[in-house]
Amino acid sequence: MATQLPPGIQLEKVDDRIMTLNVGPQHPGSGHMRLIIKVDGDYIVSCDPDPGYVHRGEEKMAEYRNYIQNIPHLERPVIHDSCNILYPYCLAVEELLGIEVPERAKYIRVIASELNRCIYTLYWLAIYGIFLGHSTMFMWPAGDRELFIDLLEAMSGARVTHAYLVPGGVRNDLPANFEERCLRQVDYLEKRLKEYQSIFYKNPILISRTEGTGILSRTDAIRLGTTGSVLRASGVDYDIRKKEPYDVYENLDFETVVRKEGDSYARSYIPYLEMFESCRIIRDAIRKMPKSGSVRTKLKPNPKGGNDEVYKRVESGRGSLGYYIVSNNRPEPYRVKISVGSFRNLICMPYLLKGELLGNMPSVYWGLNYWPVEADR
Amino acid sequence: MSTIAPQFRLSRFIGSLFDIIFWVLLIFSLAGLPLVFIILFYIKLPVINGQLLTPYLALTWMADPSETIPIIKALIHTTFFHVVAFPGFGFAALIAAATIFVERKFLAKIQLRVGPLYCGKIEGILQLMGDGLKLISKEIIIPAKADKPIFWIGPLLFVGTAGALVSLIPVAPGGWVVANPNVGLLAVFATIGFFPIISVLTAWAANNKWTFIGGLRALHQMIAFEIPLILSLLSIVILTGTLNLSQIVESQQHYWWIVFAPISAIVFFICILAELERIPFDLPEAESEIVAGWLTEFSGMMYGLIQLGTYLKLYAFAGLFTVLFLGGWNGPMVWPPFPADIITHGITIGPITAQIAGLPLFDQNMLNGTLWFVIKTVGVILLILLPRGVFPRIRIDMLLHTGWYKLIGLAFINIFIALGLLYAGVLGPGGLIQ
Repeated sequence: MATQLPPGIQLEKVDDRIMTLNVGPQHPGSGHMRLIIKVDGDYIVSCDPDPGYVHRGEEKMAEYRNYIQNIPHLERPVIHDSCNILYPYCLAVEELLGIEVPERAKYIRVIASELNRCIYTLYWLAIYGIFLGHSTMFMWPAGDRELFIDLLEAMSGARVTHAYLVPGGVRNDLPANFEERCLRQVDYLEKRLKEYQSIFYKNPILISRTEGTGILSRTDAIRLGTTGSVLRASGVDYDIRKKEPYDVYENLDFETVVRKEGDSYARSYIPYLEMFESCRIIRDAIRKMPKSGSVRTKLKPNPKGGNDEVYKRVESGRGSLGYYIVSNNRPEPYRVKISVGSFRNLICMPYLLKGELLGNMPSVYWGLNYWPVEADR
Repeated sequence: MSTIAPQFRLSRFIGSLFDIIFWVLLIFSLAGLPLVFIILFYIKLPVINGQLLTPYLALTWMADPSETIPIIKALIHTTFFHVVAFPGFGFAALIAAATIFVERKFLAKIQLRVGPLYCGKIEGILQLMGDGLKLISKEIIIPAKADKPIFWIGPLLFVGTAGALVSLIPVAPGGWVVANPNVGLLAVFATIGFFPIISVLTAWAANNKWTFIGGLRALHQMIAFEIPLILSLLSIVILTGTLNLSQIVESQQHYWWIVFAPISAIVFFICILAELERIPFDLPEAESEIVAGWLTEFSGMMYGLIQLGTYLKLYAFAGLFTVLFLGGWNGPMVWPPFPADIITHGITIGPITAQIAGLPLFDQNMLNGTLWFVIKTVGVILLILLPRGVFPRIRIDMLLHTGWYKLIGLAFINIFIALGLLYAGVLGPGGLIQ
């Protein structure tokens, strides 16, 4: 008889065939998280994602700063997509404080967030490439996103943490000659995206590696609560920019990209195709934007929200991104809750990895469009 | 004031250098020189031009070019020189080092980067030297639970085996090969068979899960691709009727075997990519899955040795491809002949006319053969490097499927083609094409 165990502790039955692998946090293919993977030979028996290594308490921090001071630190969870993570915050605060946004500012916000979505997706694509051992696909997007970063730098003054969207509009007006420059970069990106297709997405090895692996059916995708590209890759036509249009998205001409396969290849292909749609949106927004006018409604110093609560969400690079803000007549919010797409997509990882080969782990993992820092907040 | 080493004084540093030089000279003259003479006493001295080459005579001849050239010529035909310098390790290591540099620059050009740029001012040409110094000066960390003797010996075995493979490659006509056995191709197969054993041994010795998985992957991959590799070369053996690599090269004076065995060449090329663990077959080192595979626990110069062995192996396989399919050293004579009047009349410097025996040092055929061999081998090496820029990594099940099903079948097809050519009387003894 074994020694008596303390109450509450159970010994797990160990199978000799099963090997437990600790993928992360010090692993080239894990990001800021840990995956506890059990393998039988080369097949994954179970996968237990363990996020939380980069929890920074953004939500708690937001309770001690007023509505304007919250802007710079709330964009930290995804510095590559900073306009999109600030977008719902600005929308929510505007509704809370009853601020009207000028028409020109709405278009500039859309342009900035679409540029930022492209920057994020190119970064994501670069990591996807290196996860699959394709070093050229790592270097090309990482180089091409510099052009868009330069654009946003000209708009906001910072390369990655722009803090460009503020409640009431945008921080400052567009620089001179922005329209021509932006259209030129967008044309260049579209040309390069076609080259990506011929070197990466049409590559027979990539197709045979990712097609038919990690299949997430339509019902499972809805049942597990996935969002964004993962949901659209499983055949669900759901894009918040279409379904609940915010700012001027209803005036703009674009389509939702949907694929029915639900496998790793579709999940990797959707963000790529959405970059074309982003380019379309940017072109359309530049055409329809009022050429002059105010870009920011002045706020009162230290504005107070009423006794109210508000929930706003947008479509970010990783899916639905929402802010739930409760205020209680004070300059600081009473509670800020950020609902991120990354965390909701992480939930389906154990379902997808079960029964897959270990070699499919990087493509399934990164195909979920999961950003550990955002998920931990 | 330097913040890196605040106690640094240049005068003290130079003083310490003088100290070191003094002690080295003292120890060398008191202990080293006697030791050299003691050793020389036991060594059988070479006979050059009928004279016994004593150290005293060698020193005397150093001043006389008409005697120095024969000494050098005698030296370069010794087995020692073959092994250390020209067709052997030195030459291969030089090509391997050039390969690493070219790979980095070449890949950078594909990926719209500049590659190494700063080290050595001109296009980062000294980058490799810097990397080597870094690897040498790094700490070698051995895992506490590792099987230490095997872990230590693994990189050395790897370099040794790669060197053994290098020694079998004939570079130029006239015996410029370290080892020229009549069963050369069998020796190649036997040497290749050692690599999976070394991978598995070191992987197991490191006592780590990632190295374990990587080692098993290396084992599976190399065994799956060894059989099509051997089968693809059988057609060459059937066509030439010999296993001797030098004779295989000589048989390609008029046409290369890639003309009659193109499928074999393709199969062999894919197999060497897999044997070299290069992308798309770099599963044993797949970093996003298993950290660095069976190399995970190596650090410092142990890792450096593994890299050296890998690139020596790359050179050896590229050379093997050249020898077997691309005609080895055969090619039109482009090297200018040695000026004849220097041999017949000697060199006139002012009033003196020196008749120097033993010129030229290398004959024209050898230099021309080396040139063609190097050109072809570098071409093959570039082809081996190219997939790294355009392919992602393959998966283990696809890899094994490729090895065991597709490549073996393809290799058999070319064996039948070779047999058909032989029995139809096109090739072989008494055939239409000689």
